[in-house]
Amino acid sequence: MAELVSHPDEVRVVAKRFGMGATNIDRYVELDGYKALRKALGMQPDAIINEVKNSGLRGRGGAGFNTGLKWSFVPKVSAKPKYILCNGDESEPGTCKDRLIFEHDPHAVIEGAMIAGIAVGARSAYIYIRGEYRYLLDIMQKAIADAYAKGFAGKNIFGSGYDFDLYWHGGAGAYEVGEESALMESLEGKRGVPRIRPPFPAVVGLWGGPTVINNAETLASVPHIILGGAEWFAGLGTPKNGGTRLFCLSGHLNQPGVYELPMGYNLKKMIYDVGGGIPNGRKLKAVVPGGSSCPLLTADEIDLAMDFDTLMKAGSMLGSGGLVVVDDSTCMVKFALRIMKFYRHESCGWCIPCREGTDWLEKTLTRFHSGGGIKKDIDNIQYLSENMLGRTFCPLGDAAALPTISIVKKFRKEFEDHLEGKPCPFEKASAARQLPVFA
Amino acid sequence: MRFSDQFESRFTEMLTHYPTKRSVLVPTLLYAQDEVGYLSEEVIAELAGRLDLTELDVRNVISYYSMLTTKPRGKFNVQVCTNIACLLRGGEELLAHCEEKLGVGNKGTTSDGLFSLEEVECIGACSWAPAVQVNYDFHENLTPEKMDGVLDEYRKRARQ
Repeated sequence: MAELVSHPDEVRVVAKRFGMGATNIDRYVELDGYKALRKALGMQPDAIINEVKNSGLRGRGGAGFNTGLKWSFVPKVSAKPKYILCNGDESEPGTCKDRLIFEHDPHAVIEGAMIAGIAVGARSAYIYIRGEYRYLLDIMQKAIADAYAKGFAGKNIFGSGYDFDLYWHGGAGAYEVGEESALMESLEGKRGVPRIRPPFPAVVGLWGGPTVINNAETLASVPHIILGGAEWFAGLGTPKNGGTRLFCLSGHLNQPGVYELPMGYNLKKMIYDVGGGIPNGRKLKAVVPGGSSCPLLTADEIDLAMDFDTLMKAGSMLGSGGLVVVDDSTCMVKFALRIMKFYRHESCGWCIPCREGTDWLEKTLTRFHSGGGIKKDIDNIQYLSENMLGRTFCPLGDAAALPTISIVKKFRKEFEDHLEGKPCPFEKASAARQLPVFA
Repeated sequence: MRFSDQFESRFTEMLTHYPTKRSVLVPTLLYAQDEVGYLSEEVIAELAGRLDLTELDVRNVISYYSMLTTKPRGKFNVQVCTNIACLLRGGEELLAHCEEKLGVGNKGTTSDGLFSLEEVECIGACSWAPAVQVNYDFHENLTPEKMDGVLDEYRKRARQ
């Protein structure tokens, strides 16, 4: 069981029921559960879509696309069944928020998925949870069974005449499956290799039917929007960035944890106030603002509002809300290497720029970190990364390239400090590990 | 080949969840692995037969997912995360400590078959780093000393 934290600046919407026993369906109902679903059943589908659109809710998985707008792309009439697919394959390094939602408030995800279904005319939803989260899959199985037992799901929900089926689905370890088209492949029982788009999932998705794919936190936000109204939700955040967000604070912080803060909360405050600052009298060196695929920010770039548009302007991304704080004892070459090792491991190998790029970049960074790097490699790392950008079916290639480019640009001196066979200046002599050199 | 009753009832139920049979494959492989310990030739042939797939189809899927294995592992699979959030809080030191204590390297299994060790990618415990998963159980905010206690717990459990 993951530990819960709190801070006075938190605005709890999605985390409202955390720690309150809401996995129990009766308790969930006591805490205003399933009220939004009942309300949505009495609304016109277009009114639901407009409400969500106007709330400024944007995809919490990382892409930050307006959720209501995404729903509006689903054709009204379809010969094939339409589906809702909840993405709970949370795997972006630095991100551990959906885990808390499934652990504490699984019915909010169910309710959100059903409201999405009513809005687009779908009759079933799949809730995909990553394989490592087995205990959460167990919680979800029980939650779905309880919803059926109460008549909140299945045939004729709340006597409305509307039928809606819910299904759970478990993964088996794959970062790339968090990408929407790979997620559908995985659900269909295949390797999680991405599909080319167009056609987009809203038109041709699961088993060829129109499919809405939303992150678990996105869906868990929906019931609150239906009950509280678009205006209230939008007002919590900044323009075009409605609501709050679960920020996962990790790394070199005194008080790491998952905190729900309004969109647009100041990053500096998030680090020094909410996160309790840097331990051991160390100084801030860099921040990963939204999961390992985002370009890093340096210590003098952090006085900004944490919303999708501001981060974009700052040359980075808000991503999945995974904030990793890095202090000045850290070797950025090693940090870049660890990030690249991850993407090399997770690349499915379908697109050559990603398969070859991540492999060569890991080799180059490994040699570099162990003191075998040459000056030309620094530009080469950047060149290889830039050549992956936009040249792959799915964003995994970009995800590997973007942080790497930012580290080379912003911490070039640290690369230079490794040249000419010099040992890593940050590695304690005794703890230095022998890394293989690829000559 | 025989699986548990729980496996069979879940399998039968899952087949009703999807318009195609093979959609049950990924979660079913993991549930089968939990029972048998690994995905043996026999398991692969059995599931391929049940789902109208070739054995090659099943192997192709297995090789994609990092939790699936065709080789036996220890009773307790100790998975140490060394990805960025854990790296910054001692994940590598924790892995080195486990290697020393268990006397095996990455993907190794102790001679008594009790423990396997694996360096894994992010397991979603970033705010509680460094973290380890033993089979499906999370152990968080670890130090080498706490890790010794965790390993002892599993040794005790194995004796019971």
